Amino acid sequence: MAEALAAKGAAVNDGLDERGVEYLRLTGVHAFYGESHILHGVDLTVHRGEVVTLLGRNGAGRTTTLKAILGLVGRRSGSIMINGRESVAMPPYAIARLGLGYCPEERGIFSSLSCEENLLLPPAVGSGGMSVDEIYEMFPNLRERRASQGTRLSGGEQQMLAVARILRTGAKLLLLDEISEGLAPVIVQKLAAMIRTLKGKGYTIVMVEQNFRFAAPLADRFYVMEHGRIVEGFSAAELDAKMGMLHEYLGV
Amino acid sequence: MDTIFGVPTQALFGQLLIGLINGSFYALLSLGLAVIFGLLNIINFTHGAQYMLGAFGAYLLLTKLGLNYWWALLIVPIVVGCTGVIIERLLLSRLYNLDHLYGLLLTFGLALIIQGVFRNEYGSSGQPYPIPPQLMGGQKLDFMFLPNYRAWVIAASLVVCLGTWYLIERTKLGGYLRAATENPALVQAFGINVPRMITLTYGFGVGLAALAGVMAAPIYQVSPQMGADLIIVVFAVVVIGGMGSILGAIVTGFGLGLIEGLTKVFYPEASNTVIFIIMAIVLLIRPAGLFGREK
Repeated sequence: MAEALAAKGAAVNDGLDERGVEYLRLTGVHAFYGESHILHGVDLTVHRGEVVTLLGRNGAGRTTTLKAILGLVGRRSGSIMINGRESVAMPPYAIARLGLGYCPEERGIFSSLSCEENLLLPPAVGSGGMSVDEIYEMFPNLRERRASQGTRLSGGEQQMLAVARILRTGAKLLLLDEISEGLAPVIVQKLAAMIRTLKGKGYTIVMVEQNFRFAAPLADRFYVMEHGRIVEGFSAAELDAKMGMLHEYLGV
Repeated sequence: MDTIFGVPTQALFGQLLIGLINGSFYALLSLGLAVIFGLLNIINFTHGAQYMLGAFGAYLLLTKLGLNYWWALLIVPIVVGCTGVIIERLLLSRLYNLDHLYGLLLTFGLALIIQGVFRNEYGSSGQPYPIPPQLMGGQKLDFMFLPNYRAWVIAASLVVCLGTWYLIERTKLGGYLRAATENPALVQAFGINVPRMITLTYGFGVGLAALAGVMAAPIYQVSPQMGADLIIVVFAVVVIGGMGSILGAIVTGFGLGLIEGLTKVFYPEASNTVIFIIMAIVLLIRPAGLFGREK
């Protein structure tokens, strides 16, 4: 199924030639919630069309890194370039309009909205988003449950909905926080196939993942975080050589 | 003369009509409060003063500029709504990260200031405002006399209430509003300008209060204290309906107006307290209100 989806994705891909261009660059990013200082100078780079995974223990600052990119932390400093634009002084809604899609760890499905209203909620932030029909083809469950209250969906359906609704918007940079968390293996496999499809379509993806076995075969590059800093960065080709180090940092 | 339960039908329907009229204003005002509370998490104690501003707006337009009721109906909610926008931008927007109590204190203080200024200028006695000529007179029904203006108020209030309900519960814009009520940060992360939405929502809620004020001007006297008297009951209505519930505000607004009217017929001594008795009972049984969701 994954191959079929990927082949279909390649046909509508329009961003291949721009692959490899720097799309997101964080330089010396500090982030704060109130008085607590969470990120202590994060540096990372993501290129167009790449899938990059942030690894690290709970509390290492991975979720906060995603939120800092989106402007959802109390205060942030440093430089965050998105598609060549400095975004560190922008309000969150303006940052999103640079073409970001965010799937939060808690999924953020709205209980006062139906499944379909949840899907249609995020406005377009770029061109070339998937149509509702394409999304329903990718996630047939969501078509069946379109009229259900958003939070009445199963955990897996909610997760699909949370990802699906940002594919409609034309966002080119997806920030996915722990999308495999707490889901049955069959659904995790579905999500992995979806990530491959999206990669085939030229999306740029930054994932935070606790599930190393889910993330390892999907990512082009990895960053390891500890105490609010990036401590390691390496490509998928170096993964085997880095396993010893990962064991030490993550206990995987 | 016909009677029902030993009460002349004329008196019964007369009180029911008064109940419906009061209910119309309860519904309009509690609707605005519910919309504001839902998104801003602020209990807008200025609401009564803003209702009074609506009535005074109509009165001033007529006496100073010679603009009639229909112009007032159009202009006053917009102008008073704009003052709401300014209040939100300058004052309320600084309080969202603080305890609820600060919003309550600020809006309560504002209400006292606004009412004080008008009492200083116009005294506490009421100013009369004429019924617009198009709505003079009334219909003689079999069981009662129905003044045209009162029928208009009930109809207009119903239309505005249901229109607002539709806007919030059934449209895309309302979807943004409901979503932002639940999780404003995430809605921002989708690219929606939530701070601007909050500002406009407050302006809209205040505009509703002003609209109610204009409609009230020909029925009640235009006086600086008119909102303060009403707002206590309206808060009880909001609590009974459930804080933040749109449908709850509308249904309980009209329902409690009717119950109050009936109480006046059957046990007049309790007519001023019946709403608060109901509030106490509802709070005991359903602390989140009849239509509210437990958090």
